[in-house]
Amino acid sequence: MSAMPATLSGRVYRFGDNINSDIIIAGRYLIYIEPEELAQHAFEMLGEGFPAKLRQYDILVAGRNFGCGSAREQASTAIKGLGIKAVVAASFARTFYRNAINDGLTIVESPELYAAVQEGDSINIDLAKGKIQYNTKEYAFPQIPPSVRKILELGGLANYLKANANTSAGA
Amino acid sequence: MGQTIAEKILATKSGSTRLSPGEIVDAYPDVVMSHTATWRSVSAMQRIGATRLYDPDRLAIVLDHISPAKTEKYAKDQQTSRNFAREYGIKKFYDVDAGIAHLVLMENGHIKPGDLVVGTDSHCTIYGALGALGTGIGYTEVTSVWVTGKLWMKVPTTIKFVLDGKFNAGVSAKDLMLYLIGKLGADGCGYKSAEFYGSAMPDMSLSERMTIANLAMEMGSKCVFVPPDERTAAYLRGRLHDFAAYQPVYADPDATYEQEITVTLSDLEPMVACPHQVENTRPIGEVVGTRIDQAFLGSCANGKYEDLAIAAKILAGKRVDPRVRLLVTPGSKEIMLEAMKSGVLQTLIESGALVTNPGCSACAGDGGMMADGEVSLSTANRNFLGRMGSNKSSIYLSSPATLAASALKGAIADPREFF
Repeated sequence: MSAMPATLSGRVYRFGDNINSDIIIAGRYLIYIEPEELAQHAFEMLGEGFPAKLRQYDILVAGRNFGCGSAREQASTAIKGLGIKAVVAASFARTFYRNAINDGLTIVESPELYAAVQEGDSINIDLAKGKIQYNTKEYAFPQIPPSVRKILELGGLANYLKANANTSAGA
Repeated sequence: MGQTIAEKILATKSGSTRLSPGEIVDAYPDVVMSHTATWRSVSAMQRIGATRLYDPDRLAIVLDHISPAKTEKYAKDQQTSRNFAREYGIKKFYDVDAGIAHLVLMENGHIKPGDLVVGTDSHCTIYGALGALGTGIGYTEVTSVWVTGKLWMKVPTTIKFVLDGKFNAGVSAKDLMLYLIGKLGADGCGYKSAEFYGSAMPDMSLSERMTIANLAMEMGSKCVFVPPDERTAAYLRGRLHDFAAYQPVYADPDATYEQEITVTLSDLEPMVACPHQVENTRPIGEVVGTRIDQAFLGSCANGKYEDLAIAAKILAGKRVDPRVRLLVTPGSKEIMLEAMKSGVLQTLIESGALVTNPGCSACAGDGGMMADGEVSLSTANRNFLGRMGSNKSSIYLSSPATLAASALKGAIADPREFF
């Protein structure tokens, strides 16, 4: 059974380039691993209003190199904890890209949507077709490779390992 | 066509004959490193209900980030990691006294050319200083490698860097890397492998190679390689438990590179990264005179013996400006001992430095936190907003020489006048 819905939709909050994982969750909070605890401090370094105001949005949109810097997995966990359904970015840093998949957080690469979308607008992501609908336009995005997609579809690496315990987890 | 180093190592570790960029393989790492994050991987292992490791001898655990424990929570987490290491008979376990994981693993002969190394730290790229493929992953993925022995990896394209000429006095590998990060940007080498060549390489010390391989992460590199040579062999002789395992992997002469970038080292001047991104670099002349409250000499980028020694040379017989707190953290116990025996530590302390125990220290927010409006100059690899305290403080990054010169003046200073 897939834990991942076929489509995701909602209002977007828009960040710029190079949002690093220290900004997403500061090192002092790595003593936590649970989404709810981490979410209380997500993006706190950006100052007043964060993270509370992000809870009014459903999808984060960002520029180049989202999640760069530290390999901390709690960056994607904190975003999930905020109730964010997906991150659409012009590009992702590789450690964040892997961590998001392993955490079951949907990520989509679309520099075209980033350039076009305005904060507060609504978008619809069709994961099966690989397309984002925004206003009257469609934005195609590259699909995650099928072998890796299985991890995301099961809701993350922990679920994937449980499901494959007999074959690859070396039980 | 020939193959790059990353293509060859990933082919060997995945049982493939040959690989091209873009291919996805299941690779089996030789070493899986976890640091202070180890307890999180232990917790993920419990969550998935796994009880057996693929190969306990591939695990390496070093408690480096917050050492010794500064709160009861850290103490409990370190206890979890310690108990796990004991229960599973992890031989490569190093406790809070050892120092920064990357330096500790290399010093103790756990990394060799051609190895595939993954770990809970983005700066695993540093292992490329010894010709190993090192890259960072999250803690759940570390658990996955512990249990299954493998992970999926995409074969990267490679950028070839050619370094020619010699550094001018007062200029070092840190300045080179800040220059490159500024030029290419924080994702200029994103998802890519970086190989370093050129007439400058044979003279480059292992310490400088580690700085190069470490900082290359800040331009997004997936992995970095300084092809092994006599200096590499000399460093590893006496460190590797079995020197017969020293089997360097080299690129073929006709390997395919996405791009070739040449730098003439004598053209470089001291560089500084300004708040709050590493790619925000400036030549020293543009920031000279910027007041600093704290100077941090340490980290896996520049907390090595040579880094401490060059700072001591500049500080010898002088006093740090009274407005500056100079924090010195040797990268490892081995480095601290060497600095103690050579007199470097004494020189630093007499100049006004506060010397801490080995480890990640202020770079990981363990001590050396800053209040609103304060400014740190640091030899570490990151100057992100709030990384060392208040989100109204700021961090500049520099070489150890620039740091020492600046600590004396109380403001960012050009180190070249001390050479």
